[in-house]
Amino acid sequence: MATAAESLTAFEPRITAFVCNWCTYTGADLAGTSRLQMAPNVRIVRLPCTGRIDPLFVIKAFERGADGVIVSGCHPADCHYTAGNYHARRRFAVFRELLDFMGIDTRRVTFSWVSASEGGKWRDVVNETVGRVQALGPFEAYHELAGRQG
Amino acid sequence: MRIGYYPGCSLHATARELDESLRAVASALDLELQELDDWSCCGATSGHATNHLLSLALPARNLALAEAQGHDRVLAPCAACYNRLATARHEIAADAALAARVARVLERPFANRVTVANLVEVLRELGPAITARAGRSLAGLKVACYYGCLLVRPAAVVGFDDPEQPTSMEDVVRAAGATPVAWQMRLECCGGAFSLARTASVVRLGRAILDDARRAGAEALVVACPMCHSNLDFRQSAMLERGEKPLPVLYLSELVGLALGIAPDTLGLQRHFVDARPLAARAAAEVH
Amino acid sequence: MARIGVFVCHCGENIGRTVDCARVADALREHPGVAHSVDYKYMCSDPGQALIKQAIAEKRLDGVVVAACSPHMHEKTFRRACAGADLNPFLCEMANVREHCSWIHEDRARATDKAIDLARTIVEKVKHNRPLQTIRIPVTRRALVIGGGIAGIQAALDIADGGAEVVLVEKEPSIGGHMSQLSETFPTLDCSQCILTPRMVEVYQHPRIKLMAYSEVDAVSGYIGNFTVKIRQKARAVDASTCNGCGACTKACIQRKIPSEFDERLGPRSAIYVPFPQAVPNTPVIDRANCAYFKAKAKGATKAACGKCAEACSRGAIDFDQQDSFVTEKVGAIVVATGFQLYRIGADQPQGLTGYGEYGYGTVPDVIDGLQFERLASASGPTGGKILRPSDGREPKRIVFLQCVGSRDPAKGMAYCSKICCMYVAKHTMLYRHKVHDGQATVFYMDIRAAGKGYDEFTRRAIEEDGARYVRGRVARLYRDGDVIKVHGFDTLSGEPLVLDADMVVLATAMRPQPGIEALAQKLSVSYDQHGFINEAHPKLRPVETNTAGVFVAGACQAPRDIPDSVAMASAAASKILGLFSQAELEREPTVARVDTGLCSGCFHCERVCPYGAVERREIRDRKGNLLKVVAEVNPGVCQGCGTCQATCPSKSVELDGFTDQQIWAEINALAL
Repeated sequence: MATAAESLTAFEPRITAFVCNWCTYTGADLAGTSRLQMAPNVRIVRLPCTGRIDPLFVIKAFERGADGVIVSGCHPADCHYTAGNYHARRRFAVFRELLDFMGIDTRRVTFSWVSASEGGKWRDVVNETVGRVQALGPFEAYHELAGRQG
Repeated sequence: MRIGYYPGCSLHATARELDESLRAVASALDLELQELDDWSCCGATSGHATNHLLSLALPARNLALAEAQGHDRVLAPCAACYNRLATARHEIAADAALAARVARVLERPFANRVTVANLVEVLRELGPAITARAGRSLAGLKVACYYGCLLVRPAAVVGFDDPEQPTSMEDVVRAAGATPVAWQMRLECCGGAFSLARTASVVRLGRAILDDARRAGAEALVVACPMCHSNLDFRQSAMLERGEKPLPVLYLSELVGLALGIAPDTLGLQRHFVDARPLAARAAAEVH
Repeated sequence: MARIGVFVCHCGENIGRTVDCARVADALREHPGVAHSVDYKYMCSDPGQALIKQAIAEKRLDGVVVAACSPHMHEKTFRRACAGADLNPFLCEMANVREHCSWIHEDRARATDKAIDLARTIVEKVKHNRPLQTIRIPVTRRALVIGGGIAGIQAALDIADGGAEVVLVEKEPSIGGHMSQLSETFPTLDCSQCILTPRMVEVYQHPRIKLMAYSEVDAVSGYIGNFTVKIRQKARAVDASTCNGCGACTKACIQRKIPSEFDERLGPRSAIYVPFPQAVPNTPVIDRANCAYFKAKAKGATKAACGKCAEACSRGAIDFDQQDSFVTEKVGAIVVATGFQLYRIGADQPQGLTGYGEYGYGTVPDVIDGLQFERLASASGPTGGKILRPSDGREPKRIVFLQCVGSRDPAKGMAYCSKICCMYVAKHTMLYRHKVHDGQATVFYMDIRAAGKGYDEFTRRAIEEDGARYVRGRVARLYRDGDVIKVHGFDTLSGEPLVLDADMVVLATAMRPQPGIEALAQKLSVSYDQHGFINEAHPKLRPVETNTAGVFVAGACQAPRDIPDSVAMASAAASKILGLFSQAELEREPTVARVDTGLCSGCFHCERVCPYGAVERREIRDRKGNLLKVVAEVNPGVCQGCGTCQATCPSKSVELDGFTDQQIWAEINALAL
């Protein structure tokens, strides 16, 4: 039991985050300004809006070695571009169904809304995702598959 | 409807009439009370004044029993038991490490799945059924609903009513056909467990409660806590001035029982120190 | 092969403490395509920028990556530096190794690894950056001010005095806001209306201010310099152009007992009314919910149930058939100055807040809030300035004031301090003593927060000269006991519980933003915090700007503010706007979408998802003029660069400059290295 726990904590997942520039990126900035400590496993890719996020980015991230992915933008009705996040929401509602089909455990993908004033929420999203993916273990199966095909 | 039933020590001793009246009311309203097999003391005040882990493990044991016996909800009529069970549930749910410690102490499976219900909460849910079956026997009876300090607090744990402006007891009283009076001391402390240790304090606090209820025109107090009942009923003779008329103190379940036409002796009214039977007789007279 | 320069900033200790900057620079130097990589203590300093310029020239760099703070902080700085060395500024990007790395991690080794990852990612992106040219757009030199309280009035006057036109929109029948309700103002005790009404009149008479009272903003589109605003003018049922404000109609009205909003429900008004005598404009409004004519009509009556006001009007200005109308205005900048409301416990509590029922507001008679006390103390108020109990009209001899009701209490209210209450409660105790010489004011407080010029002296004066008794502690409960209110409190300095008899209790309830602020904020695409207060662009350095360029904020809609704060913010917003209007053209980031017309199949998914209507249709014809196909084209002046079109396009024929697929694929691939 103890060794299993140790090997779990020894695994440091690689998480790619696709976030919008105006809400979540700024929220993550605020987390930094507020010196909120969080797991160092997340690498942010900045986009103007969640509406810009092509679902293929998520697949690609897994193919290229990510163990988990975060997609986060402005709260509904709070989009800098008025409606980009609504398009993202619809797109990812459909995309979620596809993940399973592609052999990706949906628990490896976090969708969330983090506003520019929610530094604390960003930390929680990061830590929860890292913890969840840590428990799921490395996504070797998918990486191997991708490697074989690529 | 079926619900797990955790009577706690009081309902087997000083508050037998609460147990009796609740069972009578439940059976009249088709609520099946299934007493937990092998239940044990919740620890009450002594438990949490002694050891934090103990104070959670004692109620958790009973929650685990309820879980094992297939319940998803447990009724704890005593305000103190309710508070301890609900607190344990709340604290264990919020802290995974604590949950693990409690599980180790319990030495039995425990998923913390069972919710805890209060007497008032359950009777409020049964409100429409009470109204449907109650006669007009309590029409015009003015009662003061006394919550005491524990019943609806702390807000984070309890949550079935506003901790400062509760309305649930008044809702039940109205459903039973009686009239709740507006008064001020609904949430003040009655002295709680100090009945023996600091009798003078209990008498002073109780006196203020009785005064205010009487000033508001109440003919009886309605309570939902064995401790409040024992302080206000048993100690009432010490609170009264010479020649003052005593104020009967009814459990909420007794009041509902009277409204449903259940005999006073079945409800345990003969056990009170302040005689509540004239009130019951008046109610019975209204029916005929 | 790319020739990219990497510049790693220590930011003094801010980055250097947790990230080994030298190791980052070393690692990046080995990265393919990196021609130059150094670390330096302050990249944003003059010598730091000089390093970049020098390297561009000497190493013939074709891309620059600065690993430092957030691009929201210094992207402009470094892009300008690059431009100064003749490198297209859009070939420069930042890797955020401060906010997103050094400040949020403690493990030096792992933070350094992460910083290397982040810098590599941006290097890979920059390899695919294209030189871009900034877009120039014209400016409409006209401003919209939303809200006609003191903040909105000040902003409108300052902008108009600066030479630009202003449209001032106020949702109530009159401008003036909460300041017009106040009796006297701290810390000078000068009469609120005496200093406010001249400003109101000035607004009304100003040749460059278009005042639209009883109106609301319906829709906003466009962007900085070029907003289009649709404004709803609510029907007054009175023709403003013929009405001369004589007031005969209000005297004729048969409904006389409607609680007056202006008097905080302590006095009556008629159904056709002017909120207060000095209202601007002085045109009455018919309150349709309470008017006998409209009530009967709503119930289906065919005959006019009443028409007293129309009979009384000598100019025939009453128009029962008047409808809401819409006006469209073009403006270049917007000021949000919608102000506050008081937390009205029990009456219109926001969702999720249920606390303070024990204070009896609305249930225990003679428990009132701060604005109600202002009306009682005001000479224009329902009692003519006499402090009298609403329940029986008697003069209260003992008043207890409760501070921080709903403020500074995350469990039952709002976590923030409402800022003005300490001061106005001190003012109330003084006004009370000046009007009721033998009256005793008692104040329950948590702390006295009197930071401001002359503020602490003012509260001292309340205590020392006007005999206010201050008790540090909270009140648990209020009871009505016969004629008096029993106040059960606790004195935390003496450690004693306390029961006081009061004839009246005044609750200093929390300041909250106006209802509907969220809907307005969404129309304007500005963000707001969890309480609904509008977020400023930067809490210290950009206090009156919002995250949406061209939209500014002033007064208590941004946070609890007193009058001097609100006026200062309004003037600051006005000066920002006048600065904006002083430019002939504005520069805009060229992050806009482009369509590859060769690839585009004309499905127009992009047109459907574009929030700005920036996608246009263009016909492609051969030399003979035969139509070959219809393709999408993006109007770069309208496009705001969200990129939703690109993610939607099935043929991948739209590209968002600055965030092309190539750039993002490169970033994702870099993370696998």
